[in-house]
Amino acid sequence: MIPLWMFLVVGAALFAIGVFGVLARRNAIAILMSIELMLNAVNINLVAFWRYLTPETMSGQAFAIFVFVVAVAEAAVGLALIVAIYRRRQSVVAEDMNVLKW
Amino acid sequence: MENFPQLVPLVVFAPLIGLLINLILGRWLGERGVGLVAIGAALTAFGVAVLEWIALANTGYAPSVVEIGILRDWLRIPAAAVDIAWQFRVDTLSVTMMLVVSGIGSLIHIYATGYMHGDKMYPRFFVYLNLFLVFMMLLVTGNNFLVMFVGWEGVGLCSYLLISFWWDKTQKDAKYGTVGWKNSLAGRKAMIVNRIGDFGLLLGIFLVFWTFGTLDFYKPGEVPIAAAHGAAHAGEGEAHAEGEAVVDTHAAETPAEGEALQAQPLSAAMGVFNQAETFLAEGREVNFGPFSLPIQTVLTLITLFFLLGVTGKSAQIPLFVWLPDAMAGPTPVSALIHAATMVTAGVYLIVRSNVFFHAAPFSSAVVTLVGTFTALVGGFIALGQWDIKKVLAYSTVSQLGFMVAAAGLGAYGAAMFHLVTHAFFKALLFLGSGVVIHAMEHGHHHVAHAHAEHGHEEGHHEEEAFDPQDMRNMGGLRHTMPRTYRAYLIGTLALAGIFPFAGFWSKDEILADALNAGFLGGKLEGYIAFGLLFVAALFTAFYMGRQLWMVFFGEPRTEAAKYTGERDFGYPVMVRVLEVLAVGSILIGLINIPSGFWIFDPVLPTHAFTDFLAHTVVYAHAGSAQMLLAFIAVGAGIAMLLLARFIYGRHPVVDGDKDPLEVREQTAGIFAYSNARMYWDETYYRFLEGPFNRAALWLADKLDGTFLHDFVHETLLRDAYNGATRVLTDPVDLGLIDGAVNGVGRLVRWVAGGIRRLQTGYVRVYALSVLFGALLIMVLLLAPLLRQMLGM
Amino acid sequence: MIELPTLESLNVVVTLPALALVLGAIVLLLVDVFLPERRRWITGWLALIGVLVSLGITLLTTDRTGEAFGGMFVADSFTAFLNVVVLITAAVGILIAMDYLRRTDMNRSEYYFLLLFSTGGMMFMGAANDLIVIFVALELLSIPLYVMSGFRRPETRSEESALKYFLLGAFSSGFLVYGIALIYGATGSTHLPAVWAAVSAIVEGGSSAVYLVLLGAGLIVVALGFKVAAVPFHMWTPDVYEGAPTPVTAFMSVGAKAGGFAALLRVLVIGLPSLIVAEQTAAAWVDALALIAALTMILGNFAAIMQTNLKRMLAYSSIAHAGYILMAVAAAGHPAVANQGVQAALMYLLTYAFTNLGAFGIIIAVERNDGSGVSLDDLRGFSRQRPWLALLMAFFMLSLTGIPLTAGFVGKWYVFWASINAGQVVLAVIGVLTSVVGAFYYVRVIVRMFLEEGSADLAQPRLPRTLRAGLIVAGLGTLIFGVLPFLAADMTTGIQIALAALGGG
Repeated sequence: MIPLWMFLVVGAALFAIGVFGVLARRNAIAILMSIELMLNAVNINLVAFWRYLTPETMSGQAFAIFVFVVAVAEAAVGLALIVAIYRRRQSVVAEDMNVLKW
Repeated sequence: MENFPQLVPLVVFAPLIGLLINLILGRWLGERGVGLVAIGAALTAFGVAVLEWIALANTGYAPSVVEIGILRDWLRIPAAAVDIAWQFRVDTLSVTMMLVVSGIGSLIHIYATGYMHGDKMYPRFFVYLNLFLVFMMLLVTGNNFLVMFVGWEGVGLCSYLLISFWWDKTQKDAKYGTVGWKNSLAGRKAMIVNRIGDFGLLLGIFLVFWTFGTLDFYKPGEVPIAAAHGAAHAGEGEAHAEGEAVVDTHAAETPAEGEALQAQPLSAAMGVFNQAETFLAEGREVNFGPFSLPIQTVLTLITLFFLLGVTGKSAQIPLFVWLPDAMAGPTPVSALIHAATMVTAGVYLIVRSNVFFHAAPFSSAVVTLVGTFTALVGGFIALGQWDIKKVLAYSTVSQLGFMVAAAGLGAYGAAMFHLVTHAFFKALLFLGSGVVIHAMEHGHHHVAHAHAEHGHEEGHHEEEAFDPQDMRNMGGLRHTMPRTYRAYLIGTLALAGIFPFAGFWSKDEILADALNAGFLGGKLEGYIAFGLLFVAALFTAFYMGRQLWMVFFGEPRTEAAKYTGERDFGYPVMVRVLEVLAVGSILIGLINIPSGFWIFDPVLPTHAFTDFLAHTVVYAHAGSAQMLLAFIAVGAGIAMLLLARFIYGRHPVVDGDKDPLEVREQTAGIFAYSNARMYWDETYYRFLEGPFNRAALWLADKLDGTFLHDFVHETLLRDAYNGATRVLTDPVDLGLIDGAVNGVGRLVRWVAGGIRRLQTGYVRVYALSVLFGALLIMVLLLAPLLRQMLGM
Repeated sequence: MIELPTLESLNVVVTLPALALVLGAIVLLLVDVFLPERRRWITGWLALIGVLVSLGITLLTTDRTGEAFGGMFVADSFTAFLNVVVLITAAVGILIAMDYLRRTDMNRSEYYFLLLFSTGGMMFMGAANDLIVIFVALELLSIPLYVMSGFRRPETRSEESALKYFLLGAFSSGFLVYGIALIYGATGSTHLPAVWAAVSAIVEGGSSAVYLVLLGAGLIVVALGFKVAAVPFHMWTPDVYEGAPTPVTAFMSVGAKAGGFAALLRVLVIGLPSLIVAEQTAAAWVDALALIAALTMILGNFAAIMQTNLKRMLAYSSIAHAGYILMAVAAAGHPAVANQGVQAALMYLLTYAFTNLGAFGIIIAVERNDGSGVSLDDLRGFSRQRPWLALLMAFFMLSLTGIPLTAGFVGKWYVFWASINAGQVVLAVIGVLTSVVGAFYYVRVIVRMFLEEGSADLAQPRLPRTLRAGLIVAGLGTLIFGVLPFLAADMTTGIQIALAALGGG
């Protein structure tokens, strides 16, 4: 059986990749995708913990499903926002949105 | 031979391997290689299906359940007592479906190598076809509803992919030119309409799981209760005893988690159908928390949900509207998916769940009526179509209605029988129409080429308007394409139900069953079904006769039709397939001749196919021949064919002109109604899509607003920025406090200005700040422990 | 088989306030579709009625406590108090928005549904007894706010603020779920009392799972710190507050903060109070929170000085106020003052709600239809034209500063008191000093209005009734809790969540 820590390492690595993506990507959609990656990294953790530690209760799985649902809701809102902005500025580069500062 | 069942996973995995090879290597294999791989995969599946059949025959038709170690536990959650195994079920029903799917599927693969010749997405087409086989096999071999549902959704996906295969093909209209992306729109329509049905099926499956705690049809080694006792309601006592154990252990009533877990193995000893039988025998109620319902009610609900799924997948009223549009896809797809196999999945579902439907007479009646009206409506609309494939599409809707109606009447054997025969002759007809369309396109190119030599402009213009599928452009093809014509004729006769072709046997059995249900069973829906199905059968003969005469007889009505032929590259293989299917269409009906039928009875085994199925489908029953009905039906069919000849042979339709029926005043109205597809789409548009679109527009408008104030804020912002610099340079600003603590104020402003510089407005900088904060907090939180560890 | 919950275990009765609100929002959503355009104004009033009904239920059932939904939802005095704060915020948020939306051509009913749903999220947050609920409630709170920030849609700044808020908010919720996952991994549960028990066992047993808990706690603090705009997770705040339509900013500055702090208190004080490592006397997260609080107070107050835009200034001010509340949360990590810290934080939230809503209400009154007119300079000579409004604004500014006889003073006093009781003297001193810095820019507003000449070009000849009602509510609240602090004291002393959890374990 694959030990638990391997799942945790994969989860942490994915999460780190997601964080890096948020910091490194300029395209708002890519940032959004990186955020989804972070959430899925967490799902790996949740499901692994559930499977290895508390398989008799459902809370870990249930939580993972909630995370899916919320991620979908976020993506829906986020993409709508990005589309609205794209229509206006013909750009989805987050860096271009720089009117508000200081 | 005992090990043959172990091979059954191959029917899924052979096409899977084939598609993977074509997916990865397809680009380098070339048309020939890709075709060989795909056909090989399909034929392997067919071979395995045949082996399974042999194995069944040699083991007394005992069903077996096969599982592959690691894949079995694909969905197993001990905590929730969920254990939905991926098992392959080999019984007479699934083997029948396997044989049909892989047999017809292989032939269509072969045909498609000719039909798709030269297409730029050739490998992709075969990948999709193999993928379709994978999912269809999953659907028919699964031992539980969930695996079946996976297949069900998968074939829906393939249907979508293949309908919109030529996604970049625009819709051409004689009047308006290019009016839209026909294929992708049709694909989308199929997808969305099917989702409605799939939603119903999913609800039904949830309800099944809730009620029975499992989704398996039968557990390995389990014998259907009804079959074991020989009759439907026999053996109450024993069933009761068995049921006792189930009641005690059924988890719905034991909230404590530990108990539920213990109870699981016991309740898992029975599949859903046997549980349903025992529940019925003891009149159990199903607990839904705040309320509970008797099992009959629950089964009625389940079957009605299933019916919704069936109306979507098998194109029944009210969800059939996607199927005619789906004909936009390549013709082999229309033949394989939208005529022979996928659309029959709904029929398979009903037959598979015959225990449920048998116990829910109300649902069965609804199923019967839905099927009957679909048969009638589909047949009526087919009368007035110009497009050769549209006629066949509505014909398919109509024939599926026959099958569903038969299943609703409890004639599961007849439904499956018609499914099998229909697969042959409808595949034949579709493939034949494909050859015709191909030939028409070639002929048109030939003509257009000749034109182009005279004037390029003109030739181009005609290309826009010419529709190679319009039967008004055809005529006289029996001279240019004799082999296709002969095969098509056989298909037509089979579909029209003319003795002794395949359609005769199966359609006659359905009609006889409907009549029996009315007379002997005293069911009102039996009478209705018989009357309307008989009319639908007349329609069938008429529209097929009309098609035959419009396409193959008379004189060529266009230049393109003159230059058709069946000798170019690609045709031989296609025509060969047609001929194989034609032979099938003649002979396949003999597998299930009714008892007491004239000279056939002593010569051939009677209702062999129904008996074969009855090993699995416990409520299947064999029919006996109604000689009088058969005579009347065949006579009426022939009469309708002759009527079609009378009308269309005497007044051939000429190039975009009116149909003879349209010319005559008495029939013009009826024809127009049929030609307009009874305004189904328009009705849906008006009452469903229209309001929906308006709601969507309204939402979009609300969310969108209008684009105003564009430059106002640019300038405003500049002003704000200028103001800010003014504040920085203008110390007077500070007012009251400045006078008192000037030095402090300056320091404060210096600090504040520095802080302000950090606020760059870049999202990434802000995110970086969050990350730094996170690291800071981590360090702070872990610091005490680290300090303790380091002994500081 | 999954067993069905019984009605008893659902215990829907105690969730009635939140349920009423959410159901109201859903009904409103349906009703609105069928309203003809000229009747659209009804939506706002219906939303207000929904909020008031929920508020009424809350006030009538303050003594009805208990758990619902299998212990995931808990109704106690903390919940009730927070419900009151949040519902008042929502009511005022609706009142001050009605006329504004109409005159700026944004009169779209979504504002009200979104506001109601977000309010529902805040209420669930106050009642959360499970990490899953905290996560879901946080998202329910946030997602409508993302949309609302971009409500002035064709406008560049509004869109930009929405996108920034959304991207960073989603980023931070990633941290939240990761933190929750780690805590779940360490304790095997997401149920807060169970987490508390497990953490106590881990700490006592010296298990190395304590690292997981610490990391998880840190990540949760990051995410919730983002929600409440604590430094260094604050950077979205000024941009979003400036870009969002002003009523949204008003609602968000109070509501999101209340929700965020509710979650922070629930997680830290109920779930992780026993996370005391390395022979310390207070929970391990206290130091981190104290540092954040200090940074937040300093940075928020200093940065506010340089702002010329009133909304942006109030944004930094709101950051600063988050710092004060964090101070109380940090105090709650000391076992002896846990309840006092919680009470102080809640008290501060209540007073801040009234004051801040009032201040934003005044900004709404002076803002022009195109969103301009909210710079500091636009207030020159304001007292000549609108003496009463100017007086009210001055009152709110003084309350934000923390001058006695205003609600703001009471809140600050509670917080400093709790902090000193917890032994966080340095933090309290920083708090007092930064309050002085804060006085600098708050008073500057008063100076602009009363002592400088000018003719502010006012958008509106007369104050709309709804806005006036909102301002009256905010002003009265600020006044009453300032003059009669014992009223608030009575309300908060009943809140003993920390003890309840400790006793229950």
